[in-house]
Amino acid sequence: MSKLKLIIQREFIAKVRNKSFIIMTFLSPVLMIGMGVLIYFLTQKNDKKVKKIVYVDYSEIFSKEDFKDSKTVHYLDYTALGIEETKHKVKVGKYYGALIIPKQDSLELLSKSIEFYSKDTPSMFIVNSLERKITSKIRNKKLTYFNIDLDKIEASKIDTEIKMINFSGEESSELINILKIGIGAIAGYLLMMFVIIYGNSVMRSVIEEKTSRIIEIMISSVKPFQLMLGKIIGNATAGLLQFFIWGILLFVMITVASAVFNIDVVEMQAAKVPAEQMEMVKDVTSGNQAQIVIQEILKLPILKIFVLFIFYFLGGFMLYSSLYAAIGAAVDSETDTQQFLLPVMMPLILGFYVGFTTVINEPDGTIAVLFSHIPFTSPIVMLMRVPFGVSWLELLLSMALLLVTFVIMVWLAAKIYRVGILMYGKKPTYKDLYKWLKY
Amino acid sequence: MSNLLEINNVVKKYGDFTALNNVSLHIPKGSVFGLLGPNGAGKTSLIRIINQITMPDAGSIILDGEVLAPKHIAQIGYLPEERGLYKSMKVGEQALYLAQLKGLTKSEAKTRLKYWFDKFDISAWWNKKIEELSKGMAQKVQFIVTVMHNPKLLIFDEPFSGFDPINAQLIAKEILQLRDEGATIIFSTHRMESVEEMCDEIALIDKANKILDGKLADIKRKFRTFTYQVGLLTNHPTEVEEKLKERFEVFPSKFKLLNNCLTLNVKLTQGNSANDLLSFLTSRGEVQHFVELIPSANDIFIQEVKKNSY
Repeated sequence: MSKLKLIIQREFIAKVRNKSFIIMTFLSPVLMIGMGVLIYFLTQKNDKKVKKIVYVDYSEIFSKEDFKDSKTVHYLDYTALGIEETKHKVKVGKYYGALIIPKQDSLELLSKSIEFYSKDTPSMFIVNSLERKITSKIRNKKLTYFNIDLDKIEASKIDTEIKMINFSGEESSELINILKIGIGAIAGYLLMMFVIIYGNSVMRSVIEEKTSRIIEIMISSVKPFQLMLGKIIGNATAGLLQFFIWGILLFVMITVASAVFNIDVVEMQAAKVPAEQMEMVKDVTSGNQAQIVIQEILKLPILKIFVLFIFYFLGGFMLYSSLYAAIGAAVDSETDTQQFLLPVMMPLILGFYVGFTTVINEPDGTIAVLFSHIPFTSPIVMLMRVPFGVSWLELLLSMALLLVTFVIMVWLAAKIYRVGILMYGKKPTYKDLYKWLKY
Repeated sequence: MSNLLEINNVVKKYGDFTALNNVSLHIPKGSVFGLLGPNGAGKTSLIRIINQITMPDAGSIILDGEVLAPKHIAQIGYLPEERGLYKSMKVGEQALYLAQLKGLTKSEAKTRLKYWFDKFDISAWWNKKIEELSKGMAQKVQFIVTVMHNPKLLIFDEPFSGFDPINAQLIAKEILQLRDEGATIIFSTHRMESVEEMCDEIALIDKANKILDGKLADIKRKFRTFTYQVGLLTNHPTEVEEKLKERFEVFPSKFKLLNNCLTLNVKLTQGNSANDLLSFLTSRGEVQHFVELIPSANDIFIQEVKKNSY
């Protein structure tokens, strides 16, 4: 078996056998799903409590029809009790609040003089919902006053929706755009986190070899470059394994969870939005929201995104982890790494923020395109752009640039690594690192 | 006896610093070769070059008639001074891994390891992690991984550090046995008594230069001062000492004998032999002690390094 293969195997096994790897791999999806389920049940519980709102209406404009009970809010007409008595009842009883509609000469005055009394500050959704009910009623009254036929107004209502189509024939909508942003952001974020976590792991592994002093034995058997590359590839493989396990686990758990609890996954997501807000958006999105989301997701180039994620993960990881390896070789302990880590983290974080701010506004804008070609940010920014469709020419250019930079960086890092692993005691400066490059 | 390793005019520089300046060494097959020198002399640089960890800037290295190349890694075993193993890896797994990196197949490695683990009576440790072992135990494992691939050339850098006297003796015995079985050994140490015990040849390196090399016996002969430590039982010690001073160079000596003797270091002068000294002494009293002061490796080391620093 070749030496590189042996090293990759050892690094992979050392990483995968590590307790923290096992915990991270199997616990994270359980925690994520568990949180989702918990939030779902909490919102369900929260919504089950029906809020009782009483109203006193002296205006004689409103009727029982205008205050229809909903799932979560019940309305009670307390006009007969009078204002003071109602207020008192609400104060001592189990009521959410009291809506007081006085008698006014004009509708304008009326619209400004309605009051809502409650023990605690009322929810914005409730207040908005009440305001909408009242506004609509008063407006209708005014329209009638102006002798305008309400039926005609109703008939004239129209909802415009612009269909967005690009020249390759892909249709898009606002919903699909949100999905694309979401998927791109998740992919970019995942990539950034993987690079940081696994890059650190490479660095720690190098430092461990240095502090346990096995390094000299190792490099009397293998070339430092082989050792570094084996370490990087071994960790990348472990990272991919973790990624696949997460994918499979998430899929299995979502399937099981939706079967057991009979929850529609998408509805579960929506359930995080309080019921009142749901009422607001109900008009916008039709009842079969889940189906639409799934259909739209399936329309995205899933395979392409997946393959590119793997490519950019490997490319980005190799690029950055060679830097992490060089840092690990240069220092004696993890506490000395700070000064070198910042310049490594900066482009990663920059990539994520630039991607998040520019790609959302304009996926093909100058900045987004530029940063998706700079090798240090391209893995993140390009992944964010991919769901919106990127031409193969651009993709190939960005991938080629990443590969070339990766080769150069590994070569440079190997030089620092080669010298650094045998240096003890002195905390190196950037000047030292530069000198090592020339040895 | 042919040379296993020939180091010819090797130069190594780190930036402006010269670590090895035109160093040449010839190491005979089947010998224990002591590589001596104060800290920072360039020993480790030389050892790293032999191990192909670093490359020399100039000069050549010939191993068993061939120019040193990566394929020779399997023929060299190296025990560095700064040693260690993967702490969280199991003893057996780790030994197998390192053996395979030295070019053994897995089954070969298993057979060899079984032999050595049985020999050192440590088979029970196979599934223990290194971090569970004591320092001495880990050193034994370390020794095994150095020698298990039967290398032609073994390089030990301070091999006895970290061993208690019993284990140090065990290791010394093993090293000499390996030599008897045909291995050539480079032995770098500061412990001069082990140099006396083990080395056939030595080289002294100081400040990047080789200042001395050759067979230990030859070097000692070269540094011989013809000084004898004597103890004489006599009733007239002052008189005898005066008489001695007329024919020999006499220095005070501090050592204890059972009887209350006159004790002196006497250096032979031109035209006098050891027998002359002895017969002079026997005519003046009863000789209790008569030993030539052979320079120790330690004396030679200190003397030469001091000379080199002027």
